[in-house]
Order: sequence, then structure tokens, then C-alpha cells
Amino acid sequence: MAARTAFMQGNEAILEGALHAGARFFAGYPITPSSEIAELASTRLPARGGVYLQMEDEMASMGAVIGASAAGAPAFTATSGPGFSLMQENLGLAAMAEVPCVVVNVQRSGPSTGLATRPGQADVMQARWGTHGDHPSLVFAPASAQECFDLTVEAFIWAERLRTPVIGRADVVVGHLRELVALPDPEDGRALASRPRPQGPPDDYCTYRPGPDGVPPLADFGSPYIVHLNGSMHDERGYPSADPAQAGRLIQRLVAKVQARVGEMVAVRHFRHDPPEGAPPRPAVLYVAYGSTARAAREAALMLAEKGVPARLLQLKRLWPFPDSEVEAAALEAGLTVVPEMNLGQVVLEVERVVGKRRPVWSCAKSNGEPITPDEILARTLEVVGA
Amino acid sequence: MERFEALLSGSGGQGMILAGIVLAEAAVRQGLNAVQSQSYGPEARGGASKSEVIVSSGEIDFPRVTRPRVVLCMSPQAFERYGRTAPPGALVVVDSSQVGDTGGGGGGCDSRLVRVPITALARERAGRAVAANMVAVGLISGLSGVLERGAVLEAMRRHVPRATQEANERALQAGLEVAESVAAGAAEGVAVGGARGAVAVTAAGRDGSGARQG
Repeated sequence: MAARTAFMQGNEAILEGALHAGARFFAGYPITPSSEIAELASTRLPARGGVYLQMEDEMASMGAVIGASAAGAPAFTATSGPGFSLMQENLGLAAMAEVPCVVVNVQRSGPSTGLATRPGQADVMQARWGTHGDHPSLVFAPASAQECFDLTVEAFIWAERLRTPVIGRADVVVGHLRELVALPDPEDGRALASRPRPQGPPDDYCTYRPGPDGVPPLADFGSPYIVHLNGSMHDERGYPSADPAQAGRLIQRLVAKVQARVGEMVAVRHFRHDPPEGAPPRPAVLYVAYGSTARAAREAALMLAEKGVPARLLQLKRLWPFPDSEVEAAALEAGLTVVPEMNLGQVVLEVERVVGKRRPVWSCAKSNGEPITPDEILARTLEVVGA
Repeated sequence: MERFEALLSGSGGQGMILAGIVLAEAAVRQGLNAVQSQSYGPEARGGASKSEVIVSSGEIDFPRVTRPRVVLCMSPQAFERYGRTAPPGALVVVDSSQVGDTGGGGGGCDSRLVRVPITALARERAGRAVAANMVAVGLISGLSGVLERGAVLEAMRRHVPRATQEANERALQAGLEVAESVAAGAAEGVAVGGARGAVAVTAAGRDGSGARQG
């Protein structure tokens, strides 16, 4: 139940979501188009006993976030492309040392400093593979101010439960969009995001001895428990280990602990738009889209249905782990799939992997700092359906 | 209601983004759906600034303006960029205190152009040029045919400092008055004597005939 509604920007909703989920620490280096998150965190967090730290750069920001989280505080940062690139090294540390944290990347047009205030969605693969080595990746992509709130809460829940970094991946269009957001009662957020903590005697505690769900309980720095966080390959105590069997097990567990829970996570949203009654039957067109582009695709789907073609939209709210089964089911039900995105074609590769040769998959790519419009998606669709 | 889209353009510091927020919040207060978005350059002041507002009784999917009913241009650059390319059906509103040359007219053949001394009106009625954005809010809300004065006033009060509230209310009122005369004149596509005789509505065909009136 919504306790109140407010007209707010996507970035503001991200901050509200973080506070609702119990965030107590933010460290960051403001960057367009994510700066509103840092700005608001600088007043809202201290007002409720939390901490805001303006750091000297994004590498240090990630370091501070990891440290605060290790001390027990749900922690996050917000950035955009150039800063997200700088965070990759410590993002890997958070994954390997299993320190919960949330990193928000409000994407802009790249590469490098690119177009600072213009939209892009070209950081999809970076969010998956930006840091080196095999590692888990959990990424959510909001398409509205409401989803900015909801998915930030979701990000904190899974970061804490699974002891892993989670990436919230908005884009400028959504981050700077103002619309109505339903905010739940603050009490509903209590204990939503909580990490497993050790229960037994401190002498028996091992930082990396997994519980039944593959997630090791995490003691706070400064508690009676001794914590050995380690970014190098390590044993259950957190001591360095070069044992191949140990290394193989650890890598497998890091990925499996996330994969095992995808069924409980937010994944997709379905939209169906059918032609007016009496239209001759035709195979449906499926759009697979995410972030602000999903909204353009929805409007394109409405226009397509009016033209007599059944249109479906599968909005991906979670990008990684990729929702394979949902995409497969939707694609096989349709005649063909079109993947609009603000990059030269990244998610389309995943859709092709899932669908294989069973149905045609088309890319609708645009990468020039301008959002894709419904008209552009419709034009591309009519081109590939041969209408 | 029919979906209402407005594009507000100017340069950084003119308050286009705030104007868009006030319009959208007013719509939300009336129980309608509204979105406001913005795009701007990397500068804090100057540079191009654009604010977009969509109001609808239905769900709003694509949140960017594609078929604006009103295109506001508060600087010469904004006019060149958004006024000249305004799609058919749009009413191009130009701040004649800021934009001298509108020769050649607005965009599409059936878009219309109206010159309103928005900044001068703000100075005259509110005593401050920075209230020009609230003149624009009054003007656009009046032209929308859906936004109510009370809702706009309330939304505005939430965002302006208490000390400037009265001045901003006068600016808003000036804009609403201009909207009435524009609506009356625009229907005929001819020049009308508007607020203080300073408003001109013209047909803005590609030949730009009459576009310099006012």
C-alpha cells in the first residue's frame, strides 16, 4: 500500500528507494547525470544518522563503500559511465571479498566523457563484464521513476542477502524524468535488506564458510568476530590459498549463490497489444527492451497493433543474470523479435543466444545521444516484417 | 482529454526546467498523468536548455515530446533549434524581448507563430525579468485548455521563494491574460491586439509572410 505519492525525478526516487531499504552510507564523486542522487544523499543521510562522504574520485568512492559495508552499514554510490569505469577494480573486490553494496550507474552517452548530458544504454556488457575474471553480476534496469524506487529497494535486498555487489543501471531519460511515484510506508522497509550475520561463538567463525544457500554469514568489522576479507583467492577462513580445487569451488559458489535465487528476483514485465477485432490473423512481433527504450517500444507496439499486427513487449527489469527462460518463452510465441536499444546492439546478442535459429531476431540500434522514438521502432519493424 | 505536449526551450538560467516542473505538477494535482523531462548542455549557465511536459488522462509511455501543441522559444538559439523545426500543428511562442528575427517563421506549413514580449511583461508586471518563466507558465497553462489556474498557482507556490511569491503570481497572471488573447487571435490566424497591444499571432507559412509583425 502506498503511504503517499510524490511527483519526483528518477534520481530522487533512487535515493528514496535506498533510504527505504535502509541505506546508511553513501560515498561518491558527483557526475552528470547522476549528481542529484549524491546531492540528496548529502542532506538526507546525515539527517537520519547516516553518513555522506564526498570522495576524491570514483576509485576511492568504491573503496569507502566497501569499507562502510564491511563495518555493517548498507552502503551505496552513484555514478555515470566515466566513473563507473573507474569503479571496476573495486567492484571486483566487492564480488570476490563478498561485500554487499549497491552501485547506481545512470548511463550517459559514451565512450569516455562522450556526451555528458545525453542518453545511452551502451554499458550493458560493461555491467556484466566490466571487472575482470569470472564473477557474479546482478543488474536491474528501471524504465520509470516508480521503477527507480522499486528496483533500488530490490538491489539492496539482494546485495545484502547474497553478500554481493548489485548494479542499478538507469539511463538519463529515466534518471531525469519526473513523474508520480507511490512511496510505501517507511515501516515496510524495515529489515527488508538484511545480510546473514554469524550466530555461533566468535572462535568458530570463518568469514567464508557458506551457509546452506551458499552465502557465508558476514560479521561486522569491530564486532567480537574476526573478519578476513580477501580479494585474492582464499580458503574459508579468508587466508590466501592457491589450491586449484579450492579456487574452482570458490568461483563456482560466487556465481551459483546468485544464479540459485533468480527465480525469486524481479525479472520482466509483459505487455500484449492485439489488433482490432476482425483483423486477419498474423504472427506476433515481440519487442525485447529495457530502461527508457521499453517505453518507446510500448508505444510502437500500440501503433503496430493498430496496423493489424499483434504486438508483444517483454520489458527486461533485470538484465543480469539474463532472464533466459522468460525471453525464450516470449520469443517462441512470436513470429519474430525486434530488440531496440540505445547502443550498437548488445542485448540483441543475448536474445540471439537464447532464441538461436528458431526465430528471426532483429536489432533496432541507435547510438548518437538521442533516445529512440516510437516512430523509429515502428519504421524498423515494418521494414523487417515486410509490411 | 486529448494528450497535451509542450516543449519549453531557452538558455540555461532562464528557468525552463522549473517552468516545466510547475506545469507538470499542476496536472498531477488535477489528478492527471504528467511527465516532465529535460535536456541541457554541460554548462551551469547559458547553453541550450530544453524542458518537456506531457499531460494526459491516459498512461504516458514514451516520455519525450514528439507532437507538441506548444513550442516555447526564449532565446534566438532556441528558436533556430526548436521553433524552426516545430512539427505541423504546433503553436510556436517566441519571446520577442529575446528573439529579434523570426523571419521565415516556425516549422511546419500549418504551424503558427506568435510573438509575445515575455521577458518585458515579466519586468513590467512582476518587476523582475527572472519571472519570465512564470509568464510562460501562465501562457502555456492557458493555451493547454486543461490546466486550471488554481492548480498551477499551488504548484508554483511550492517552488518559488516566499519573498518572490507575489511577483511570480503577477507574472503568471500576465501569462494567462496573454493566452486568452492568443487563443482568440490564433483561431483566425491574424494579428490581434493582445496584452498591452504587444502580441501578434501570425500564420507562419514557410514564406514567413507576416512573421515580423508585432
